[in-house]
Amino acid sequence: MDPILEMRGITKEFPGVKALDNVNMVVRRGEIRALCGENGAGKSTLMKVLSGVYPHGSYDGEILYNGKPMAFRGIPDSEELGIVIIHQELALVPQMSIAENIFLGNEIATRGVIDRHETNRRTAELLAKVGLRESPETKVGELGMGKQQLVEIAKALSKKVDLLILDEPTSSLNENDSAALLRLLAGFREQGMTAIMISHKLNEISQVCDSITVLRDGATVSHHSGMVPESQIIKDMVGRSMNDRYPPREPKIGEVVMQVRDWTVADPLREGRMLVDNASFELKRGEVLGIAGLMGAGRTELAMSLFGRSMGDFRKGSATIRGKEVDLATVPKAIKAGLAYVTEDRKSLGLVLEDTIRRNIPLANLKGISTRGVIDRHREGQVARDYRKQINIRSSSVDQVMANLSGGNQQKVVLSKWLFSEPEILILDEPTRGIDVGAKYEIYTIIRDLAAAGKSIIVISSEMPELLGITDRILVMNEGRLVGDMPTAEATQERIMSIIIKSGHNLTEEDITPEEIEAEVAHV
Amino acid sequence: MSDTTETRAGGDTFGFIRRNIREYGILFALIIIMAFFQVVTGGILFRPVNLTNLFLQNSHIVIMAVGMLLIIVAGHIDLSVGSVAAFVGALAALMIVKLGLPIPVVVVLSLMAGALIGAAQGYWVAYWKIPSFIVTLAGMLIFRGLTMWILQGQSIGPFPREFQMIASGFIPDFFGPDKPNTLSLILGWGAALIILWLQVRNRRREETLGIADEPFAFFVAKNALIFVALAWMTWALANFRGLPNVFIVMAVLVALYAFLSERTTIGRRIFAIGGNAKAAKLSGINSERVVFLTFMNMGMLAALAGLVVSARLNSATPKAGVGFELDVIAAVFIGGASMSGGVGTVIGAVVGAFIMGVMNNGMSILGIGIDYQQVIKGLVLMAAVIFDVSNKSKS
Repeated sequence: MDPILEMRGITKEFPGVKALDNVNMVVRRGEIRALCGENGAGKSTLMKVLSGVYPHGSYDGEILYNGKPMAFRGIPDSEELGIVIIHQELALVPQMSIAENIFLGNEIATRGVIDRHETNRRTAELLAKVGLRESPETKVGELGMGKQQLVEIAKALSKKVDLLILDEPTSSLNENDSAALLRLLAGFREQGMTAIMISHKLNEISQVCDSITVLRDGATVSHHSGMVPESQIIKDMVGRSMNDRYPPREPKIGEVVMQVRDWTVADPLREGRMLVDNASFELKRGEVLGIAGLMGAGRTELAMSLFGRSMGDFRKGSATIRGKEVDLATVPKAIKAGLAYVTEDRKSLGLVLEDTIRRNIPLANLKGISTRGVIDRHREGQVARDYRKQINIRSSSVDQVMANLSGGNQQKVVLSKWLFSEPEILILDEPTRGIDVGAKYEIYTIIRDLAAAGKSIIVISSEMPELLGITDRILVMNEGRLVGDMPTAEATQERIMSIIIKSGHNLTEEDITPEEIEAEVAHV
Repeated sequence: MSDTTETRAGGDTFGFIRRNIREYGILFALIIIMAFFQVVTGGILFRPVNLTNLFLQNSHIVIMAVGMLLIIVAGHIDLSVGSVAAFVGALAALMIVKLGLPIPVVVVLSLMAGALIGAAQGYWVAYWKIPSFIVTLAGMLIFRGLTMWILQGQSIGPFPREFQMIASGFIPDFFGPDKPNTLSLILGWGAALIILWLQVRNRRREETLGIADEPFAFFVAKNALIFVALAWMTWALANFRGLPNVFIVMAVLVALYAFLSERTTIGRRIFAIGGNAKAAKLSGINSERVVFLTFMNMGMLAALAGLVVSARLNSATPKAGVGFELDVIAAVFIGGASMSGGVGTVIGAVVGAFIMGVMNNGMSILGIGIDYQQVIKGLVLMAAVIFDVSNKSKS
């Protein structure tokens, strides 16, 4: 065994919090190591210690790299030795080209004058390595998330990399792009690169990782070399056994509540392309309806266009709620009609991050806490405290600022906000993205209880097991069209995937062979 | 992020101050600055005559600062307020001196003109999404130009005594002309008592709900200080010439806007838009209309400030209001508002305005040259913002 990295007794304290408590980790040369743990377990902190974001001296413990003790003062120090970190939130400038992004801060230049030919030539080489067929001069903003992630990796490769750290690299990718990324990582391993991958997705971990380290509450709780059952990893992560990842429920489905007919929304940026194309569906009382599909299939577009035409150019279509046609032309009208929409991107679309829990919750229903435009602060506080207790928002008080909450608790606040608007129909867009296993279960429980209380719920999710686990019926969407509709009891991941693939023509550009499709389906 | 319960009632005073340093830091800064100038000017600062001057000289900044606070909280800026104030001042002068219209009519028309100007600018900002910096920069040039055009490069004045009273009059005393001014005492002390009562009532309600955050000792000390300061100030002013009219206007506006920003749904919407415009929109808030109204309101307040300034100077001049926008914006930022929107308080902005005012006044008493004064004010603004930023990164 030839360790490339040893971290010994790493302890890192922030004012009032011990983020890392005597963490030990040894990484072998040439392996892919998975680093798992709930949000707040200390994974990112540990990687920041390793890459020098937290300089030597701000933590206790020792880092041995290639057998030598290291004292990084900052990221440049660690990068020089071949340790490169790719953060969860991509650090790309959308207005700049791929080539400009890759060599940002590291330009190929003579006396300050950039050599564009050499830059583009080297970029083309790097893009070939990561399998991205794009011109080096393409603006990054024009690329999808999957391709942006590849650019980020190409950027990492532009430096000398021996140890690549990826912080949830697939969190914003669809199944196809995730699979491609994982294949790429496996390829790098063949060439002798070592990688540490932080991930929540246990299926991906079992796919490419050689060993697993689990952190909980800032301490190493287990290390597994080779594969172990998912249930074991989950147990290590949450500190309790979780046989059931989804709460049991008995659906009580009633009459049809909402009907959408021929809903069509055009892409404002590309002439003639439809984001949503003649979508028609029904939603029943007490039903949890899932919408499956790849990223860019039009699911968010469908939801947001229903919710006050917040996305795309509305072309045609009608919506009826309880048999009456409703006007959903603006967000206030949609809310009045009984709709609520919990966004996919809670930080930039769902919350006022610098504000407190108390002030975020009533935002969609200020009338509910005010009389003639004057806010009753005591009522407001009461509402916030009730939700905090009812759906278990973990915080010091309702006056805590949103930015300081974990992802799962932020999501619970967004949910509270929409619950307080008392909707009949709740659309949840990727409700558990970036949330740890424990909080996911709580969110599922909330969804179940809402359905039991007679609300109708639409769940958009890219995690198929989740859809299979919590919904009653699943719609499949691809290229803006609804291409499948089945009871969840009859659905399988394979069936959904094959519907998507058979219905699509856009996949030709990805050049996916039948073998790859099979491999894909087997993985998910 | 442990699951602690809300057991904070009556926590330690020092810890509380540290947690809320931004909120109280600005007030401490004002107290320290006032104490400093009181000492170095040999007690001139707090003399009734100077105190009265302090209010008269800074009223227009305070009036505009409450509107600017809302603009900045909504994530915008208004550079045109100085020009708008000058323009409306000129318009009023024209109506009074040249046309001989009655004062109340002129006041109403002037405020309407201001609101119209604000609405015109707000329209482009809110519905056309043109950056407010650009729109109001254009407004600043346009209304400065129009002011010069209306006045033909001359000053218009003097005004009838009735109009001057807006800025330099004092409230009458129905209880006879002898000092102290009884009505002033009643109003001032009454207001101090009402504030005290509101605070105590709120504290009681918080305590019954078990959510009182402030340590009790701190609560008592803070309110005692505010009460004594208000009562003493009233006494001092009442023994001079009484409360200035413009002081009443200012106090009413500050109370109204503090209430509006903190306790009403429109206020809450302004904060949400500045904090996260997209989230606000998806929460069903009509951001366009709110931003439009915020600008309209600013225009009206700028007009009011324009009336006050021209009444005080007893003439409308082409150069009136030059640089006001900078003083007003500085006051708002010193008062803790965030450049990126979503954060700020009306009281903070008012305190910020008085920090600038006391420094202007104190330095003038000391005979410090205008050159040094500018440098020092710039440094104070910078210090306030640095304090803010470092405070934020620590927490």
